[in-house]
Amino acid sequence: MAAVLTGTDALRVPVIARPADDASIAPRLDRIWETRKGLLGTLSSVDHKTIGKRYLVTAFLFLLIGGLEAAVMRAQLARPNETLLSPEQYNQLFTMHGVTMIFLYALPVLSGFSNFLWPLMLGSRDMAFPRLNAFSYWLFLLAGIFLYVSFPIGRAPDAGWFNYVPYSSLQYNPGINIDVYALGMVLLGLSTTVGSINFVVTLIRTRAPGMSINRVPILVWGTLTASVGNLFAVPAVSLAFLMLWMDRRFGSHFFDVAGGGQPLLWQHLFWMFGHPWVYAVVLPAMGIVSDGLPTFCRRPLVGYTAVALATVTTMVLGFGVWVHHMFATGLPPISLSFFSAASFVIVIPSAVAVFAWIATIWTGRPQFTTPFLFFAGFIVVFVIGGVSGFMTAAVPVDTQLTDTYFVVAHLHYVLIGINVFPVAGGIHYWFPKFTGRMMGERLGKWSFWIMFIGFNLGFFPMHIAGLLGMPRRIYTYPSGLGWDSVNLVISIGAYVFALGVLLFVINVWRSARHGARAGENPWDAPSLEWATPSPPPAYNFAVIPTVASRYPLWEDRLTGHQGHSSTSQGMLLDNGRETIGTSALDAVPDVILRMPGDSFAPLLLSIALAIAFAGMLIHSWWLFGIAAFISAIASIAWLWPEARLGQTTEIVRDRA
Amino acid sequence: MPEALYRGEPLPVGSKGRLSSGWWGMITVIGTEASLFAYLLFSYFYVGAQTVGPWPPGGAPALGLAIGGSVLLILGSVTMWWGEKGVRAGKNGQLLFGLGASILLAIGFVVLEGIEWSHKSFSLMSNAYGSLYFTITGFHLLHVIVGALMLTMLFVWTLLGYFGVRRHSTVSIAVLYWHFVTIVWVAVFLTFYIAPRLT
Repeated sequence: MAAVLTGTDALRVPVIARPADDASIAPRLDRIWETRKGLLGTLSSVDHKTIGKRYLVTAFLFLLIGGLEAAVMRAQLARPNETLLSPEQYNQLFTMHGVTMIFLYALPVLSGFSNFLWPLMLGSRDMAFPRLNAFSYWLFLLAGIFLYVSFPIGRAPDAGWFNYVPYSSLQYNPGINIDVYALGMVLLGLSTTVGSINFVVTLIRTRAPGMSINRVPILVWGTLTASVGNLFAVPAVSLAFLMLWMDRRFGSHFFDVAGGGQPLLWQHLFWMFGHPWVYAVVLPAMGIVSDGLPTFCRRPLVGYTAVALATVTTMVLGFGVWVHHMFATGLPPISLSFFSAASFVIVIPSAVAVFAWIATIWTGRPQFTTPFLFFAGFIVVFVIGGVSGFMTAAVPVDTQLTDTYFVVAHLHYVLIGINVFPVAGGIHYWFPKFTGRMMGERLGKWSFWIMFIGFNLGFFPMHIAGLLGMPRRIYTYPSGLGWDSVNLVISIGAYVFALGVLLFVINVWRSARHGARAGENPWDAPSLEWATPSPPPAYNFAVIPTVASRYPLWEDRLTGHQGHSSTSQGMLLDNGRETIGTSALDAVPDVILRMPGDSFAPLLLSIALAIAFAGMLIHSWWLFGIAAFISAIASIAWLWPEARLGQTTEIVRDRA
Repeated sequence: MPEALYRGEPLPVGSKGRLSSGWWGMITVIGTEASLFAYLLFSYFYVGAQTVGPWPPGGAPALGLAIGGSVLLILGSVTMWWGEKGVRAGKNGQLLFGLGASILLAIGFVVLEGIEWSHKSFSLMSNAYGSLYFTITGFHLLHVIVGALMLTMLFVWTLLGYFGVRRHSTVSIAVLYWHFVTIVWVAVFLTFYIAPRLT
């Protein structure tokens, strides 16, 4: 067989192999794809599984940091007239809590799942741009550190996560606080953008033969939709923050009335980004449920096509509802009516997904495992959060409730409900793929029930506090307003929820060391990632799978399916790092893609960029200049055409 | 593998035209960059629409230099298209000539814009219009400079013999970006120089 593979010519017929018949295949692919051991390997790895796990762990650490911030705030708010925190400290805590949860946890954790799972689900050997993948992670990590750089000196961002002008302008907020937020968000925006580019191109180019667009898992639909949304939405917020920084430090007048600027321009740009972002942090999580639930209901998802279309529809509509965050700003009633109506319409695709999940449970044979409990609990919480969202979409109701704890309740039901619960369930579900071990079921069930009860105990009363008129973002309140007992209950509930999260963390920690060993497919699940060993080898698949249906591993027992998927025989592609490129809709093979190896360029470029932003922060222009120059050099080195990637005219004979 | 999917014909290997990941990557870069400029122009029109009094404050800007710059950029796109056509046919000399011409035209554009900037009676700090004018044209200028640097790298790589009739996807990908920079200029030009004359 090796005789056929004479070199990297311009055209080649891929060798079809059966790994079961040839024991030399696995070690050979291992040598090609494995990251070298030691620190240098760690810093240069482009393996999507490594990067995915890094994303998951880092995002989860940020979740814990944001949770600690919330715990301190709930201690402050547990009683009236509490003096644990000063107003300045409280402002920084609620701002960093929001920034951390929304930007450093909610999307990155989903990027972690998708980075790890996409190539395995799609039957590929890596993402389309492995080095860009490493770059997006390093940049995320450095932007996260950047956003926290002024926290220890008590100068963290303090104008709320949506950072309205004029409160965030220089006149009212002269410190470095807002500059850190502004520049950190531009840096983080770069990470999000390159990550999104990678997902979009990976979907278009690197699916296994036969994995046509109507066969990809719903998680893939969710992340794809979120990524396309991010490509169009993130520039709005990066631009807004850059303009704010220029207003503050270079005397421009985008947002100040005195110079002819418009404060509301900030709100428009922020929410033009902000609302699509809300869907970006929930749609992939809904995808986790749509893919996980069928495994535990022992049947395919009800209404696959409807759910996929609902996912896309939600995002499209999501670009037309941003003004519902601005109902109280004095815009003309006609535009309020339009945006209110558009917000109501979003209920339709959301309800389609909810009914699909309920029907899947209803008509299936549910197995009450921990992941199932998290997924089912998510549906309950999602419906409550959806109803409160529907209420605030009505202009008169919103006028009453805006800036009260009712909105805080709504957004936590939505974000914890649709993000944290599916993520916790997803970690239980895919833990065998991540680590090769099962998570503890007993502790898992305990953690679910404590989280579920604590969450509802902590956040449901916030609706009541809001209806009683308690505003958001206040650091304390006098007694006698009727808010005392409701706040005590909220704080107790928040701590119960935190206890549940703690149990979950303990379970992860223990199971990673002592959990029962998992086989390839411990849940008897239907999708391709379960056809690989747990954990998967560096090359994912010994041969590229061929896909004939939506549920490749359930074909022998589902009626009405034609054709047979195969993971035991397929294209070998062992001539250096290679995977197959297929057509965008039908996934017909059309090119052999050469993949880059491990590289330090992503890490160097991210460090140089972070230093350049640090130079901008402290107005050290020589530091900025040097770092920008190094960034340019690193980019050129990265993009230098390489013979082995097939970017030059040379013909390489690497395995003569 | 099913016959309908793959009949065993030879497949191209590596980075090949529109089959390359890089080409699709550039499309997505252009998508996100286009929305960046859309938000920039939205900001211009939003502030303009909300302003009480004349917009632009000093009347519509003079056309002369901007028309000159537009001609240079559009010509630069044409020379680049011609150069890329050359490498597709295996004529590396034509590619070098096209690249060189486009780089010179880009430098010409930067010079004209520099002259226009230095003659403005307002600055970034004068008022919201000044902030928008210098930020938006500045953003575009930055794209011209980055694009010209990319073309310069292509020039070097062509001299090193990296491209030819079979391998030129790097060229096609960068050229796509260069055309995008020209199209953005047309949008900026229409917004700042033509739109105020239509009212």
